[in-house]
Amino acid sequence: MKLAYWMYAGPAHIGTLRVASSFKNVHAIMHAPLGDDYFNVMRSMLERERDFTPVTASIVDRHVLARGSQEKVVDNISRKDKQERPNLIVLTPTCTSSILQEDLQNFVDRASTISDSDVILADVNHYRVNELQAADRTLEQVVRYYLEKARRQGNLNLSLTDKPSANIIGIFTLGFHNQHDCRELKRLLKDLGIEINQVIPEGGLVENLHKLPKAWFNLVPYREVGLMTAKYLEKEFGMSYISTTPMGVVDIANCIRQIQERINLLAPILLNEKVNYEPYIDEQTRFISQAAWFSRSIDCQNLTGKKAVVFGDATHAASITKILACEMGIRVSCAGTYCKHDEEWFNEQVQNFCDEILVTDDHTEVGDMIARIEPSAIFGTQMERHIGKRLDIPCGVISSPVHIQNFTLGYRPFLGYEGTNQVADLVYNSFTLGMEDHLLEIFGGHDTKEVITKSLSTDTDLTWNSESQLELNKIPGFVRGKIKRNTEKFARQNGVTEITVGIMYAAKEALNA
Amino acid sequence: MSIKISETPTFECETGNYHTFCPISCVAWLYQKIEDSFFLVVGTKTCGYFLQNALGVMIFAEPRYAMAELEEGDISAQLNDYQELKRLCLQIKKDRNPSVIIWIGTCTTEIIKMDLEGMAPKLENEIGIPIIVARANGLDYAFTQGEDTVLAAMAHRCPEQENLIGNQQRNDKKSIEKLFSFLPIETDKRPKQSIINKKNRISLVLFGSLPSTVASQLSLELNRQSINVSGWLPAQRYTDLPILGNNVYVCGVNPFLSRTATTLMRRRKCKLIGAPFPIGPDGTRAWIEEICSVFGIEAQGLAEREQQIWESLRNYLNLVHGKSVFFMGDNLLEISLARFLIRCGMIVYEIGIPYMDKRYQAAELTFLQATCKKMCIPMPRIVEKPDNYNQIQRMRELQPDLAITGMAHANPLEARGINTKWSVEFTFAQIHGFTNAKDVLELVTRPLRRNNNLENLGWTDLVREG
Repeated sequence: MKLAYWMYAGPAHIGTLRVASSFKNVHAIMHAPLGDDYFNVMRSMLERERDFTPVTASIVDRHVLARGSQEKVVDNISRKDKQERPNLIVLTPTCTSSILQEDLQNFVDRASTISDSDVILADVNHYRVNELQAADRTLEQVVRYYLEKARRQGNLNLSLTDKPSANIIGIFTLGFHNQHDCRELKRLLKDLGIEINQVIPEGGLVENLHKLPKAWFNLVPYREVGLMTAKYLEKEFGMSYISTTPMGVVDIANCIRQIQERINLLAPILLNEKVNYEPYIDEQTRFISQAAWFSRSIDCQNLTGKKAVVFGDATHAASITKILACEMGIRVSCAGTYCKHDEEWFNEQVQNFCDEILVTDDHTEVGDMIARIEPSAIFGTQMERHIGKRLDIPCGVISSPVHIQNFTLGYRPFLGYEGTNQVADLVYNSFTLGMEDHLLEIFGGHDTKEVITKSLSTDTDLTWNSESQLELNKIPGFVRGKIKRNTEKFARQNGVTEITVGIMYAAKEALNA
Repeated sequence: MSIKISETPTFECETGNYHTFCPISCVAWLYQKIEDSFFLVVGTKTCGYFLQNALGVMIFAEPRYAMAELEEGDISAQLNDYQELKRLCLQIKKDRNPSVIIWIGTCTTEIIKMDLEGMAPKLENEIGIPIIVARANGLDYAFTQGEDTVLAAMAHRCPEQENLIGNQQRNDKKSIEKLFSFLPIETDKRPKQSIINKKNRISLVLFGSLPSTVASQLSLELNRQSINVSGWLPAQRYTDLPILGNNVYVCGVNPFLSRTATTLMRRRKCKLIGAPFPIGPDGTRAWIEEICSVFGIEAQGLAEREQQIWESLRNYLNLVHGKSVFFMGDNLLEISLARFLIRCGMIVYEIGIPYMDKRYQAAELTFLQATCKKMCIPMPRIVEKPDNYNQIQRMRELQPDLAITGMAHANPLEARGINTKWSVEFTFAQIHGFTNAKDVLELVTRPLRRNNNLENLGWTDLVREG
């Protein structure tokens, strides 16, 4: 047993449901007790989904416990088949139901003989894998199922598309800024003259999965979900895949160069030409994206050597660490991830870019680390944002687990060239906010409730001598008004009519005390 | 409208494929209510993830609850449950030093037949902190019934009347003083009240967890009728649990507390006052009147008080009058809310409810029937264990002005032009007593008021066909 207050990654069935409900016209049936369908709440509330989440439960209750599910699961599957006519029904066990050790595969076999939909059993071990691993597994399972089905039926089409094309694998519901990232990736590929063959699972149709091998290559933007599918496609159909996350100017360029390499393996034969993306990379880097210029600008110079801490899923934590360290000159004191299953990869990615590495799924350990390091800014999940609030350190949210705030209506990709701008804004805003706070602290604290004068006009009985006037003007604009008010208040309290530099500093000292 | 007019309530039972919260969610409000408690939910990651997501921000306030997360070794009995729980409880004792630890049994502990009830007394002796076991699992219960299981378990821990009569009088006095600190003007009435309760040696204990302000509002209402509330189950602190025994009358304030009521009657020999629940001014009045009649007191000034409240609600009533409501059902407050809304002039098409205890809710059901007759409105159908899919089909046909529903369906229904109010808000808002009737209508009218603001923009239907 483990005493736990909070967890970074959810239970396995959430991953399965996220993949299943991302596909169009796929329905998931959970074998679960009443109340376990809160996935519907998460999707409906966080994603502000307009459609009913295609997930229902076949309820495990006392009767099921006593006598087994018997006909219940099969009935529920065939009922759903008639009501919604989905292409695929995924039967999903939960941690509770998996202890019952009912023969769910048997239910699936029976149900698939009587329903028009395809029926599969999600094959994940609820006590060994987390949400992300389960999502990865389920996506591979669905793809494998349909490709094998197509092979059996002989309608597998292996001929490549005429023009270069790609599959984007791993965009799905409740993913961190996934919708925006997807749009940005499509734009990037379009700029490179590459067609999108399919995007899965988000918005994908399982009927079209047999056409996956028509693409020239697969792009897997996130480590967490999609790699298993890409590896399966590579093994079965020899499709190559690119798993460099195009986040940050440097890695976008790396990613595009890898794409170029893949295309140039085939293009001379199929198109009688070679592609060269270097001019595109150069143009985008220097002039379209603002991030490269930002890294040279004096704003960014001021961030040099500032301490930051990064924590999140493997993809985002690694990419942000590299951006902070290489592209902005910020010192990453600690980079960490809760993806313990991907520890080796993470270590390899960040080891030269940070002082220490923390791989844990215990949020108290992360909190202690942050308290010890006292960085100027944190880049983490919603949990780190709250740790930051408690410690008075600003935090930019860069990874799941997320909050409704992270499902923005506006366009906020993290990937691609627009993503570099967003990331730069996020980083810069986190630090300047911290800076402002710090200045306020130095020059007399936060807003006080007492009103000194009722009017806002400046003609008072107080005069500032020329030196103090000069001194006042040296104070940064955004806190100047406050300093002025505080000093005048202090002067009045002490019966002083002429304000000198001495009075100013006496006021500051009095307020600090 | 395809609704048949009938006089008697019709009960239906559907498939039970509906959305509701898991009953372990009761820790969210109970740990805040019982200030010196610690709730330990013995379950899996699934339970933990639910609490984390359902309770949102609260988790960051260092809550007095935690998961005892079962791992593979616990499930396959490679680890000793007793030793494991002991280790965690000692840690809780060290970090928090609570007056009571409440173990919440979940589906998993049911399935692997973990003997929490057997282990608790042993461990309690060993570590010196009371341990209460409540089986609030999704196999047996829905949402608010979680509180019912906790309170039923807690009823066993309330001190016994006989041994404590001396103390009780002292307690009575103290609690009166506490109550009157709110209303110093009425202090002079004190002797009269104490006489009534003391003469008969009868005390009244109310059960149901309410925010402390609402609890004192209700106590005050009864005080005005010269009835002294001698205790609440649960009290603000575990150490202040009320005294129970065969001279104690008990009355529920919430419709989902049937197990607690049964336990109080059968195990603690208390006498149950069956009354409608104090939700809405009509319900509050009926509740007080019922209690008064048991104590042989003629209720004073309630009609005026109720009228006064209705007057103050006029603006809201104008908004809701003649509008129709559909309760999908997920928290067992549905009957009382529907009764109140019908009295407000609304038409209720359907009352979905997870579980219907016709004995415990008898007075409320009779009151619902009387209200329908009075308002000349057909008795709504009451659907136990509803089927959400069927309900949505029915709603398509009926096009109600308002659907009271869980969060899983709220956004999709809104996108289809059906106004919704999240049912969960009724569980967390203050809805009891005269004073809070306004809050109920504030919730109910919010979507209607929103509509008045957004009228004529032409975008009510926001889904693509097909």
